[in-house]
Amino acid sequence: MSSETQKILTTDGVPLEVSLKKAEKRNKIKAFLLVAPLLLFLLITYIFPIADMFTRSIDDRMVTNMLPKTFKSMEKWDGKELPSEEIFRSFYEDYKVLAEKKEHGKLGQRLNKEKNGFNSILKRLFRKIKRNNFDESIDIKEQITEIHRHFSNVDYWRAIKRTAPPYTMNKYLKGMDMFLDEDGKIAQVDEDRRIHRILWLRTLEIALFVTIFCFLMGYPIAHLLATLPMKYSNLLMICVLLPFWTSLLVRTASWMILLQQQGLVNDFFVMIGLVSDDNRPEMMYNKVGTYVAMTQILLPFMVLPLYSVMKTISPSLMRAGKSLGGTPFTAFWKIYFPLTIPGIGAGCLLVFILAIGYYITPALVGGASGTLISNQIAYHMKTTLDWSFASAMGLMLLTGVLVVYWIYNKLVGVDNIKLG
Amino acid sequence: MALPTYTETRYRIWHYFYISLCTFVFFFLIAPLFVIFPLSFNAEEFLVFSEGMKNLDPDAFSLRWYKEMIYGTKNPWGLAAKNSFIIAIFATIGSIILGTLAALGLSSRHMPYKGIIMATLISPMIVPLIISGVAIFFFMAKAGLAATHTGIIFAHMILGTPFVVITVTATLSGFDHSVTRAASSLGSNPVNTFMKITLPLILPGVISGGLFAFVTSFDEVVVVLFLAGLDNTTIPVQMWTGLREQLSPTILAVATCLIVLSTLILVTAELLRRRSERLRGIQR
Repeated sequence: MSSETQKILTTDGVPLEVSLKKAEKRNKIKAFLLVAPLLLFLLITYIFPIADMFTRSIDDRMVTNMLPKTFKSMEKWDGKELPSEEIFRSFYEDYKVLAEKKEHGKLGQRLNKEKNGFNSILKRLFRKIKRNNFDESIDIKEQITEIHRHFSNVDYWRAIKRTAPPYTMNKYLKGMDMFLDEDGKIAQVDEDRRIHRILWLRTLEIALFVTIFCFLMGYPIAHLLATLPMKYSNLLMICVLLPFWTSLLVRTASWMILLQQQGLVNDFFVMIGLVSDDNRPEMMYNKVGTYVAMTQILLPFMVLPLYSVMKTISPSLMRAGKSLGGTPFTAFWKIYFPLTIPGIGAGCLLVFILAIGYYITPALVGGASGTLISNQIAYHMKTTLDWSFASAMGLMLLTGVLVVYWIYNKLVGVDNIKLG
Repeated sequence: MALPTYTETRYRIWHYFYISLCTFVFFFLIAPLFVIFPLSFNAEEFLVFSEGMKNLDPDAFSLRWYKEMIYGTKNPWGLAAKNSFIIAIFATIGSIILGTLAALGLSSRHMPYKGIIMATLISPMIVPLIISGVAIFFFMAKAGLAATHTGIIFAHMILGTPFVVITVTATLSGFDHSVTRAASSLGSNPVNTFMKITLPLILPGVISGGLFAFVTSFDEVVVVLFLAGLDNTTIPVQMWTGLREQLSPTILAVATCLIVLSTLILVTAELLRRRSERLRGIQR
């Protein structure tokens, strides 16, 4: 017998260790190949486009691409004095090309955002070019500054230079009602124009309150469903599952019918004398409508995780608590409630995440005071066509959701998501 | 839930409060769905209960809006229903195939980077729909698939696969892998083993995941609103347009049909869940 330990060999003479590693590797590849089609599909059609939203949201190469010569000659300009003839001439040449391609309007709009009044002086420049009033053989600088005194204001030229970096955070700042002022510092927009901050806060507020309402209504019925005998609870479970499976638009439609001024809810209030017939309150197209409809629509997402956790809690625990002298309340508070915390976490975060990105229901029953950040994103996607701003706001929302999701993962774990 | 006779008054009061609270919540959940039924049979054009309806006058009820839904001139519902079914069926098939394969890979204990891959695969469920809509729209526009059925089917596959992945992974968690090993040792090739052994056992999970995918696609409106052209309108898009412009009782007729459909789906899903639990040996 040798002093070295004998290596175990497989029948074909390969050491067992190597052979096992090979098999392990083969299994790994096999498993990965099964996942690969879906992973690839999602990466191409979904994950990369989301990443693309980011580049779209910070992309600011428009002015640079439109005025290539200007930026080249501006490289050495320190921005303190009025630009030289060379810069004026290259700007004139760039602008002439744009005017011929009829793309000068976009430049005007973009630069107007940088410095107010830019659009109107550019329009004057355009008219002068159109009338062929330029003599290219003599000083261009003089001819341009003649058009309007603003052209001799160095601030306007600095505004052009400010757009030089290919990337900008402007859209993100705009989403928070802030902007970069002329010195490049972050400033707040006027108080009466801070619409986005209101929307963010309202979205957060509605998502929070809907989550609280869902919890307050979902906890008791989940408890009832988990403690009732099977034959009753199965029947009552239909009340939770039928809305869950029913189209979102159907449920929204039914709330629109119920909550309208001549609707059944108002009829009921009149009947019990809460309000007078000719003074029916408006319950739709405001926050009330949004709260009521969203709570009903999202309630099943609270009840189902709570139920699946409560189902695993043995009733003998409560009995033991009571028999040891606890009142039903202390037994509940000290024993039952702590055991349901994983379910509460799952339900609340699920409802919160769904509520914060809600769009359809608020748009239909919310009216002006019930619109959320998602409605604003859709508005910029479909109406103003400011896709980079829509992308920026979408990513801000996504960041918020991912933070919440991260907490969810820490508390409950992704693998514990249960679907009925 | 009868109370024992020795219960103190305050607990008795609490108990009745609890029961009435639960009754209220159940009512709150289910009642709105039942408003739709009677109003869809309204003979009049308004979406309120007419005096005739309150007195159960037979003349106040009619099938007029159902006729309108099916035979109405220039009505969009026929095309919308056809599109909805085509899109949902193909999206479901796609989701089932990709999702089941991925779930099989994920539940193998050899799978590398399981956590991050699982998170990626179910991300369409966590990301708010509006963001998915924007991202998918950008992709489809670039790929030239905007306003096509193919584009919408792909979009719905993205949204539907997470459900299949989750349900099938859950089914596979209780799966006894020794049966597939037994099949292999008896000379069956992997494809045969999958078709004859694995698939029949995980079928309830596959079907219930497919049901989720179907309902997701059939009910989806946010992404379709970004992607759809005039030819790709679906039932939810039509309902959305209808609800925004004018609430016509035809919408309620459609809604009633949808509730019937969801009831059927609920029953199927519930039967499948019970069968799956029985197969996995979970006794209740």
